[in-house]
Amino acid sequence: MPVVELTGVSHQFGEASARRTVLADVNVRFSESRVGVLGANGSGKSTFARLLNGLIIPTQGDVTVDELSTARHGREIRRRVGFCFTDPDAQIVMPTVGEDVAFSLRSSDLSKEQVAERVAQVLGQFGLADLADRPSHLLSGGQKQLLALAAVLVSEPNLVVMDEPTTLLDMRNSRMIGDYVSGLETQVVLVTHHLELLDSFDRVLVFDEARLVCDDTPAAAIEHYRRLMG
Amino acid sequence: MNDLGLFVPGSSPVHRLPAGVKLGALVALGVASILLEGVVAIVVGLIVLLGLFALAGFTPLLAWRQVKPLRWILLFIAVFQGWARGWEAAVDIVGVIVLLVLAASLVTLTTRTSALVDVIVVVLRPLRFLGVKPERVGLLIALGIRAVPIAVGFSAEVRDAQRARGLGPSPRAYAAPLIVKSLRHADAVGEALVARGIE
Repeated sequence: MPVVELTGVSHQFGEASARRTVLADVNVRFSESRVGVLGANGSGKSTFARLLNGLIIPTQGDVTVDELSTARHGREIRRRVGFCFTDPDAQIVMPTVGEDVAFSLRSSDLSKEQVAERVAQVLGQFGLADLADRPSHLLSGGQKQLLALAAVLVSEPNLVVMDEPTTLLDMRNSRMIGDYVSGLETQVVLVTHHLELLDSFDRVLVFDEARLVCDDTPAAAIEHYRRLMG
Repeated sequence: MNDLGLFVPGSSPVHRLPAGVKLGALVALGVASILLEGVVAIVVGLIVLLGLFALAGFTPLLAWRQVKPLRWILLFIAVFQGWARGWEAAVDIVGVIVLLVLAASLVTLTTRTSALVDVIVVVLRPLRFLGVKPERVGLLIALGIRAVPIAVGFSAEVRDAQRARGLGPSPRAYAAPLIVKSLRHADAVGEALVARGIE
């Protein structure tokens, strides 16, 4: 599994006069297969997630994935680290399901036939094979999130970061996404408010007021998070 | 029912035509439309296009739904042209617009966006020396097509929110949240494109 390391990482937003610290002095290293991230709204967990594939470069400190710095090797990092957003509509670029998954392979060396084969394989894996020609805006919320995940995984990243992928979904769809995530062979970092999704995880990080306040087993971290939430 | 002109899968002869041929025919029709005059020419054009819709397996209702969103603009153009240049000119102009909208819809209804983008990228390749990035233009077109149903969804959400708050029609109360939502969405799409490796 890839080794992710944050060293002395802080991040601030805004102009100098109204600077807001969203992450303060985070030091963490992990290579486990399943890492969960918890925290209240505004605690810094989404910023943490975006740091991992270089969507945000920290104002202080360094983030590395397999010793590649996100600040200096952005393109290579994004090839290795896939990202799933809360709102799949923002992530789905092409008008139909199959085209969107194929879009992720546009800069690969695969031939058209190989792309089609790979797309069909991934759509089948996510139960979307019959929907390949369906306009993506006609999918249900759960199907859209599966499509977003399929479009990330088709390019075979080493690590998938998921920022609250189940927040907009009902319980059934959340469970479905959770089942797919638990079946993945890829390393996963999952930011979520759905605590039950983290039961089988290897490690859970808890953020509060821009700081990493707990780094423990799921049971201990969830207990810590519950106490924080009162 | 697809009233956004988005691709409908099928295996009709129109579907099977290469995207380049369809786009070329559309451009040719656009150029030839300058020469289209008179009710007879317009009606013949309509019959041909409706025949092609039928050949593609589409109903006249689907053809109507492609033109329907423009009906008030077309009415305005017809009245203005009728007043300014006479009713024959009004029929010509409105008829040509309807023909071109139907033809363009037929292309997008029967052709995958990725196939259209591929053609556009090839056509624009010679313009690289002018600084044009064909892949970027193709992506923009794909994003534009993808944005149509999203913008329609935002519009419906804003209207529903207005109704839920008991507000009557108000252009400002409608436009402001719609623009804010669209800009936020554009930001999110930009971030997602970077995450998907588009720099």
